[in-house]
Amino acid sequence: MEQDWIWGLVGGLLIGTGGAVYLLGNGRIMGASGIIGGLVDGTGRNTLAERLVFLAGVILLPILLYPLYGAVDTHVSTNPLVIIAAGLLVGAGTRLANGCTSGHGVCGISRLSLRGIVATVFYILAGGLTVVVFRHLLGVI
Amino acid sequence: MRLLYAFLAGGLFGAGLFVSGMTDTSKVQGWLDVFGEWDPTLAFVMGGAIIPMAIAWRLVPGRKPLVGGTFPAPQEPKISRELVLGSTMFGAGWGLAGLCPGPAIASLSYGGMWHWVFVAAMLAGMAITPSLRVRLDRLAPAE
Repeated sequence: MEQDWIWGLVGGLLIGTGGAVYLLGNGRIMGASGIIGGLVDGTGRNTLAERLVFLAGVILLPILLYPLYGAVDTHVSTNPLVIIAAGLLVGAGTRLANGCTSGHGVCGISRLSLRGIVATVFYILAGGLTVVVFRHLLGVI
Repeated sequence: MRLLYAFLAGGLFGAGLFVSGMTDTSKVQGWLDVFGEWDPTLAFVMGGAIIPMAIAWRLVPGRKPLVGGTFPAPQEPKISRELVLGSTMFGAGWGLAGLCPGPAIASLSYGGMWHWVFVAAMLAGMAITPSLRVRLDRLAPAE
């Protein structure tokens, strides 16, 4: 679609506004891996409700918007090995690094955090290299 | 109010991920794939998201969060091996599936079974991380 970048920009502005609400309202950094991870390893026990309500919003809004689109193909891989390996790497990697695309990328870069910038450089390089190797050399994805 | 702000933030995040197309794994992999038919969308999403966040960070000094308490303290600019190793692992998984934690959750309602499998594996990966940290420290004690 020709207007993909416009919707990308609109979506980006919405994401950033969400991050701004979370920061200015609750004084917290909107990082998806941190919010989810705190539920998994028990470190977020004191902020349980806040985390669950946040995630409910993340799941609910696409459900409300979906009828406007009719069908959305996520083109996700159906290779069990690829999906499970990817999920494990994303889960462990983001928790080890204390952040993902939202925490290190959006919230970190916007405050010119060195850690956020370094993390983003590494995950983009690793992601690019992985796509090149597994798509063009091995033909797996 | 704390829960209302959290829900509002999550809703905006989910809506943004949905309309931007970031739950479409082919758009994410298309952006990472510089040797294929390059898809620039992700750069616009990232750029668009950084604008309101940068404004929000500028409003922080001298204020308190609306619900009270304190804002997150500025980070020590320490580049740990966990940051580098973790981000590299995350990037590899991100490239493999085209999913990161936010979009993986946002697409659960319509992405189908493999999105659930991905999220289950991701939760397992998060659950084993504390013991992974212990092993890493034992293997190569931090200085």
